[in-house]
Amino acid sequence: MSGHGVTAPARLESPAAGIAGAAPVAKLLGALLIALALVPSLDPVSSAVALGLELALLPLLRIPPGRLLRRIAPLLVAAPLAGVTIALYGRTSGEVYARFLLAVISDGSLALAGTTVLRVLAIALPALVLALTIDTTELADGLAQTLRLPARFVLGALAGLRLVGLTMEDRRTIARARRARGVGDRGIVGRVLGTGFTLLVVALRRGTTLATAMEARGFGADVPRTWARPARFGVREWLVVAGCAAIGALALTAAIVTGFWGWGVR
Amino acid sequence: MRGLDLAIEPGERVLLLGASGSGKSTLLRALAGVLGDDEGEQSGRLTLGGAPPALGRAGLVLQDPDSQVVLARVGDDVAFGAENLGVPREEIARRVPAALAAVGLDVALDRSTEALSGGQRQRLALAGALAMRPGVLLLDEPTANLDPAGVVEVRDAVARAVAASGATLVVVEHRVAVWAEVVDRIVVLSPRGLLADGPPARVLAAQGAELAARGIWVPGREPAAPERRRPADPAAPALVSARGLAVGREGVTVRAGLDLDVRPGSLLAVTGANGSGKSTLAQTLGGLRAPAGGNLDAFGRGSPHRWRSRELLPRLGSVFQNPEHQFLRRTVREEIELGPRELARGRRGGEPRLAAAQELLVRLRLAPLARANPFTLSGGEQRRLSVATALATAPEVLVLDEPTFGQDANTWAELVALCAELLDEGRAIVAATHDADFVAALADRRLELA
Repeated sequence: MSGHGVTAPARLESPAAGIAGAAPVAKLLGALLIALALVPSLDPVSSAVALGLELALLPLLRIPPGRLLRRIAPLLVAAPLAGVTIALYGRTSGEVYARFLLAVISDGSLALAGTTVLRVLAIALPALVLALTIDTTELADGLAQTLRLPARFVLGALAGLRLVGLTMEDRRTIARARRARGVGDRGIVGRVLGTGFTLLVVALRRGTTLATAMEARGFGADVPRTWARPARFGVREWLVVAGCAAIGALALTAAIVTGFWGWGVR
Repeated sequence: MRGLDLAIEPGERVLLLGASGSGKSTLLRALAGVLGDDEGEQSGRLTLGGAPPALGRAGLVLQDPDSQVVLARVGDDVAFGAENLGVPREEIARRVPAALAAVGLDVALDRSTEALSGGQRQRLALAGALAMRPGVLLLDEPTANLDPAGVVEVRDAVARAVAASGATLVVVEHRVAVWAEVVDRIVVLSPRGLLADGPPARVLAAQGAELAARGIWVPGREPAAPERRRPADPAAPALVSARGLAVGREGVTVRAGLDLDVRPGSLLAVTGANGSGKSTLAQTLGGLRAPAGGNLDAFGRGSPHRWRSRELLPRLGSVFQNPEHQFLRRTVREEIELGPRELARGRRGGEPRLAAAQELLVRLRLAPLARANPFTLSGGEQRRLSVATALATAPEVLVLDEPTFGQDANTWAELVALCAELLDEGRAIVAATHDADFVAALADRRLELA
């Protein structure tokens, strides 16, 4: 490979465009605003309004449907399960439809169950979907530059995150090594204990090397750090935050106007 | 190490040699300013350009390609050091492409660092150091974990970068031939100070024999290949045979259509570049991975990945590339006795056969370390122990993955002599390796994964 005449552009910015390319800090802030608006009340109106608005705005992110479905699949399982549990064991009121041991299905528990499903979806959907488009490196840029968290902490966590992938690979290798040593047939307890120590030692070795390599590159030197790539927080980012705030505000207003606000808490 | 007096002038290119444990790596880390207060004692004076070493003044590249990538994208990783030193943004934007060009890494700035080969990752680490514009470049066995192509790649990148920047170079490595042409001075360390110091030709001529005796790879003084008393019988019935075998990892087929036979008294060398599937094939033959397709039979008992773990012990012994992955016990003795004890658990009223384990401890010079923790041994000792643990259950087929990787010349000679003995006893060996000397010394047949 010839090293001369490298033509790669001297550009370190990320190429993603549109709302999906907004800074991760804005996305986190937005998801947080929606959650803050919905958490205090247990009513069906605020959750339904928020979920409806979220679904209407979802296409703006231009996430391929397959990837989207894969990411929210756990949510589609967990939300109905939560609903079923509440329907069986939620506070009993109104007409009772069925009883079995401690489980009582009533008007009240059914209404509560429906509301719970709506609420779980309305809060978790934006968080999951926005997280889907977050790049960890850009998140670190934003946390350190926009939110001014300590660079040492943010970059240390980012580098450590990379080691997690290597550790997963090590775990599989160690499992094979145990089989080669004749102890691969032992039960789950023996396996976890036996693998754990070796994995810990190997991971610590890697961590030490990485820490040395980072220090050798001036990490932790007594100089104010610069950032090769500026973290943006411009119009697009404010739009994301404002959009999420609007979803929360509309949901709250609808609940208050219709008199449902605080319904489940009473 | 103590009592060392050494001065390195600006622009000098130094190869630092010494037996393992002579303090080479410690000296490099001290120069780079990354030696913590808890990592030993220090006396005397150490200066870099007239001042005590400080973080980021010298560029340091370490041995393990996996553990020194800091960030997820190539451009970010190269910029990391310069950012930490507070270099202005516009200047970093100029330095990053220049550093990548200097090491010949012609990839996009947003390329994932996960997608790079070992040699590319080492050049990435070098580029990251160069982007800091250090006066001194410190390299700690930068090519020990690479295949032959990767070694040349990195060596040439270093030579080019040093020539262009005029930086001082200090490199630690025990394969002298790789660096002899790049450096203009060889310094040999011992725990008690300097052993030799001078131009490469003079040091190697005057002290070549002594260096070789200490396990350093001196050109023209490589260890000799052992004699085989019994030539391999090409007609012997195969212990393991594969037809149209496909191997893969985590559901991805790496290589397909492999035909091979493993015969008693014969060594099959599996060669090929990093990532060609050598390790995957070795693990499949050792019964540690399911084949991705085709037929595999061992000892007439079907594919070994279906066997119980204990059934492997007397038949297929596997030695991994990284010995630490295989250690399961607190002491060297317990480690080596584990296999025989497991084997005894499977026999009716069986007592473990520990005499062979004891013999192996002595034979591989591990007896004085019997009570030591395996994780605290040196690289060469760990390698010998991992081979000994596999041999303790006397497997008929031994599967070795890069057995001589990064070993000094003495350990290398011991391993090769041991393999020759095993072959003479009629055992079979499969070795995945890119060590050309090992292949030349022992291979009866060779399977090249291109």
